[in-house]
Formats: sequence, C-alpha cells, structure tokens
Amino acid sequence: MIKSELIQKIAEENPHLYQRDVERIVGTVFDEIIEAMASGNRVELRGFGAFSVKQREARLGRNPRTGEAVDVEEKHVPFFKTGKLLRDRLNGK
Amino acid sequence: MSEKTLTRMDLSEAVYREVGLSRNESAQLVEDVLKHMSDALVTGEQVKISSFGTFSVRDKTARIGRNPKTGEEVPIDPRRVLTFRPSHLMKDRVDAGNKA
Repeated sequence: MIKSELIQKIAEENPHLYQRDVERIVGTVFDEIIEAMASGNRVELRGFGAFSVKQREARLGRNPRTGEAVDVEEKHVPFFKTGKLLRDRLNGK
Repeated sequence: MSEKTLTRMDLSEAVYREVGLSRNESAQLVEDVLKHMSDALVTGEQVKISSFGTFSVRDKTARIGRNPKTGEEVPIDPRRVLTFRPSHLMKDRVDAGNKA
C-alpha cells in the first residue's frame, strides 16, 4: 500500500470530505510525527507502535573502498518499535 | 532538552487545527489512518509512505534461543516482525532538528 492508496481508502469511507482535505489530513498525521521527532520528542501510538529518536555516538569509521579512517559525527536517527497489539495481530493472535 | 511524548490526541489536535473538522471526527480520521496501515501490514502487505518511510513485514524462522539469565535453551517459534525504514527526508529532519 502506498500513500495515495491510503488516502483513497479513507476518502471512500468519508464521502462527505473533499479528496484534497483527506490528503491534508493524512499528510498532517505524518508531518506531525516527523516534527515531533525533529524536536526530540517521542510519539506513542498505543496498539500501533512508538516513534522515537536514538542518538548514535561519534565514531571512527572507515571508507570501505580505501580502508581510510574517517570521523563520523554524532547523529540522531529515527526509531520505530511495533506496538504489542499490532505485533500480536501480525502473528495471528 | 526535555523529551515529551505525543499521543493520538496530539495528532488529532493537529488535524483539527489543519482542516477544521470537529475534534471527534479528527480523532476518528487519525484512527482510520492507523487502522488501514495496520490492516495492510497484517495481510503481509508493505506500507510505503513517500517522504515518511516504509513499513515491511518480515518472516523470522524458528531458532533456539537462550535465557540469558539461566543459560537454559528455549525454542523460539517462527514469527512475523515489522520493520520500519525511515525516508531520507525523515532522517535528515530528525538529525538536523536534534543538533545541539
């Protein structure tokens, strides 16, 4: 499923809404999650999962082609943990 | 930096501000987004949200695990797990936003 198919499904279930409003609604949900993480916050969606930010320490990396050592700066990466209900559903429970 | 936890309520509040539906309907729509994504994943379908990321379902085979405390061997059943791969846009914005 891609974003436009998700929008389509929700638009079909909500015939009173304009397609462009459904697009804005779906877009807002995903933008809010990114914004929250960009501000260092977590987003916990019970039953679905939680988005959080993990810090990766600076380290000495290596260019795999040349073997040369390179400094890799500290960075922050997005992380998703599946919620219990969804995990159970994936396994037919 | 004090870390906050946002919930469905914050997402539906954002939808409410953005589109001007009732709070109830905004909350219902947030729920619908999550429901449709979950349903697709449960059928084994991949969910690809451009400029957000991709959720995929992976099959894990059975293996022998070990209780790390007792060293005892325990069978781990085959199972399906969900993985999330963030988009470049998400990675860039999350990294840029958390720079000191």
